[in-house]
Amino acid sequence: MTAPGRPAGATGDGTTFLGMPATAPPGVGHLRGDEPFPAAARRALGDAQLRRNLRHATTTIRDKSGAVIGEVPDWQELRAAGRAIKTDTMARLPELLEQLAAAVTAAGGTVHWAADAVEANRIVADLVRATGADRVMKVKSMATQEIGLNEALEAAGIEPVETDLAELIVQLGRDKPSHILVPAIHRNRAEIREIFLREMPGVDPGLTDEPAALAAAARRHLRETFLSTRVAVSGANFAVAETGTVAVVESEGNGRMCLTLPETLITVMGIEKVIPTWRDLEVFLQLLPRASTGERMNPYTSMWTGVTPGDGPQQVHLVLLDNGRSAVLADEVGRQALHCIRCSACLNVCPVYERTGGHAYGSVYPGPIGAVLSPQLTGVADNASLPYASSLCGACYDACPVMIDIPSILVHLRAEAPHPRAEAATMAAAAYTMDHPALYAAAQRGARLARLAGPRGRGLPPPLSGWTASRDLPAPPPQTFREWWVER
Amino acid sequence: MSSRDLILGRLRSALGEPRPAPVEVPRDYRPAGAVAADVDLFVDRLTDYRATVHRCATPDVARVVDDVLGGRQVVVPAGLPRHWLPDSVDVLPDDDLPTGRVAAVDGVVTAAAVAVAETGTIVLDGGPDQGRRVITLLPDVHVCVLRADQVVATVPDALARVDPHRPLTWISGPSATSDIELNRVEGVHGPRHLHVVITA
Amino acid sequence: MRIALFVTCLADTLFPEAAKATVRLLERLGHEVVFPEDQTCCGQMHVNTGYPDEALRLVRRHVRVFAPYDVVVAPSGSCVGSVRHQHATVARRAGDERLASRAEEVGARTHELSELLVDVLGLTDVGAYFPHRVTYHPTCHSLRMIRVGDKPLRLLRAVRGLELVELPQAEQCCGFGGTFAVKNADTSTAMLADKMRNVLATRADVCTAGDASCLMHIGGGLSRLRAGVRTVHLAEILASTEADARGAGRDAAGVAR
Ligand code: SF4
Repeated sequence: MTAPGRPAGATGDGTTFLGMPATAPPGVGHLRGDEPFPAAARRALGDAQLRRNLRHATTTIRDKSGAVIGEVPDWQELRAAGRAIKTDTMARLPELLEQLAAAVTAAGGTVHWAADAVEANRIVADLVRATGADRVMKVKSMATQEIGLNEALEAAGIEPVETDLAELIVQLGRDKPSHILVPAIHRNRAEIREIFLREMPGVDPGLTDEPAALAAAARRHLRETFLSTRVAVSGANFAVAETGTVAVVESEGNGRMCLTLPETLITVMGIEKVIPTWRDLEVFLQLLPRASTGERMNPYTSMWTGVTPGDGPQQVHLVLLDNGRSAVLADEVGRQALHCIRCSACLNVCPVYERTGGHAYGSVYPGPIGAVLSPQLTGVADNASLPYASSLCGACYDACPVMIDIPSILVHLRAEAPHPRAEAATMAAAAYTMDHPALYAAAQRGARLARLAGPRGRGLPPPLSGWTASRDLPAPPPQTFREWWVER
Repeated sequence: MSSRDLILGRLRSALGEPRPAPVEVPRDYRPAGAVAADVDLFVDRLTDYRATVHRCATPDVARVVDDVLGGRQVVVPAGLPRHWLPDSVDVLPDDDLPTGRVAAVDGVVTAAAVAVAETGTIVLDGGPDQGRRVITLLPDVHVCVLRADQVVATVPDALARVDPHRPLTWISGPSATSDIELNRVEGVHGPRHLHVVITA
Repeated sequence: MRIALFVTCLADTLFPEAAKATVRLLERLGHEVVFPEDQTCCGQMHVNTGYPDEALRLVRRHVRVFAPYDVVVAPSGSCVGSVRHQHATVARRAGDERLASRAEEVGARTHELSELLVDVLGLTDVGAYFPHRVTYHPTCHSLRMIRVGDKPLRLLRAVRGLELVELPQAEQCCGFGGTFAVKNADTSTAMLADKMRNVLATRADVCTAGDASCLMHIGGGLSRLRAGVRTVHLAEILASTEADARGAGRDAAGVAR
């Protein structure tokens, strides 16, 4: 099930029988939107409150992040190292995963392999059922959102409780996440207060919209859940192949609660999260917090290696998820999207994201990284508008702590996207004309005449009408440059 | 075919033959040992993230604990030096206390494994003077005592000093969130008050 | 020095003044400008819209036309970016390694105007005179693809009579993005609105940039607003002299009537 036009990397030398790279299956999880990006963006752009919230939040985070990155004298060297470690990881991914699995197993953990979302959901639901629990608490994790784990657990009669503040806001508001790091970034404090007043049982009716008061309300609301829930589900920021250590980076302490208090811990991680050595953490633990929340270090980072007798969960599971990642790996240009450490810096600097928000991207992965990752995970045809959801301004590439060249991947994926027939014909004709200078000069003269018909470019046929709806085209010059050059 | 073999097979065919060339990782950043630790910087960073810092001589630790937690109930790991604890606190040693019991106490006093000056981070590794992870999680006040010579300069320094096979908790200031309008607000689920006591 | 002008299809067709100004400026500085007439378009629109196979013939043409020249200049950061960063990729994608390496050679000899002036010719003061309040939009491809840095600003600061005012949030994209402005017109317009607000806040008479495409976008929006701010290509400012300003039949931008 390789996406069309994509090099599978299979060589026909006998390795292919083990399985061709596969995209994520449709019908499960949240990688595909219901409508193309431009249509969804149009609606979002009409929401003035959303745009104010996004502008405020992204401006705040850009300033904070810029300040703490400025404190580090070796930021560029760390970025270069981060990129190289990830490139190296992808080149050795099968071996590193085997090494990781062996190390986790040796430390008392249990490793599961999930080829896609359906299998991952089934593994987690079965593990929860085996404990007899009917409720799990969750630490924010992109992988479990991607596979639609909450819906799958509910279908299995298990109640998932999101414990991250922003996820809680989204869950209580029956909303969808719109940002990798701060899923409720589209909500301001007043809206959060209203959601809490409406949906949080036993909340103080005098609750103010002070962020500290809102945080305290969440603390009271979840305390009992933390103390009484026997199973937790987490994601992973990093997993060290050399040692079997898994790391979760967080702020609120809900992660520590979930990773420490229950009897059973189930971690679902995308296979690209493995890093080769313990030492490699020294690079990513410096890059991630400064690029993501704009902190020198996030309040809490937890690391565990299998089971520690007498301390924390005594049943520790690690689910290794493919769900389209092998298809991404098969694309030599696109595979660097797997280097992503989910810091969300590219979202925060993206002029498109800042104006449309995350919902317009349809997938759980929004913003620039979403525009390159989602289409690769699903096959480009299923997210064909996303590679075009960028002006190619390049701000994401500069901001990315692991130097993913997102603009180049966008351009690369546009070549794989299905093209409208009329556009393809026009482009082919344009290329032919431009490869024949005499035809080209004639076309220039023709364009000048045609343009005289519509004043200042108004009244052009689509798709150019999209451009002229809000801008004037310049008046056609009396003479092209090449005419002037010949005459002079 | 097992899913393990299926996935590994997919990845091998995705990479193709010959495999992508191996990559040399340039480690031109400041490695462990490159920078001298600066305790004043550590204090500055801690304060910036709303931790309360106390600097005192070793014999005075008990006085500081008295100031912070006097008259209240405090859980402590089994290996904590007893002379850090004043008579004024009600000491509850952790011998596998039930979670509900730990949640009911006012505070916790521990040591630390190592601390990072540049980021204002303390690292706990579950050693005898730090205890199980749960005891530093549920009480609302955490007093962490460390010697100035436990402070290292950078994250690479700290990683080089800790054992990956122990459960590690890296703490940088009290529990906080950036989830409301991306502003950092202290005080969510973890301890809302972090006191760091640095002894000479 | 003998310098080949890569005019770019947009400047050739819609903004010849920017190209003429480039010629005037370089000739005034004592250089010989040649115009290889077989040039058409670098193919960037095709590449960025997802048609690298169609772009291949344009890459081939561009490389063939410009290979004989040691120094090539274009009054566009974006087109230089395409030549330098995309042509070899397009060739490699098509399996033409020989074309790719020739494209790399041509790319290395191709300079955006401010790069040519500052890096190759070693100039920041080109003897220009332009008595206006001017703000500079650093266009994404000049800024982040070819990294011209502050070279255009250094050139502008040396222009006599010119009052340079800083553009708030200068590094934010204007929303053009070629095909983006068509395929995502609503988002593009929202970005343009913010860019225009920032331009108007400077109370400049003139907004300049090194890319005719972004200027067309910004200028189109300003014109629709009847805002009274003109967009003028960097080359036209640098080509302006006191004689132009005094001369009859020309306005102060040095634009021939
Ligand atoms: S692509 Fe880079 S900047 Fe964007 S979320 Fe991933 S790591 Fe961060």
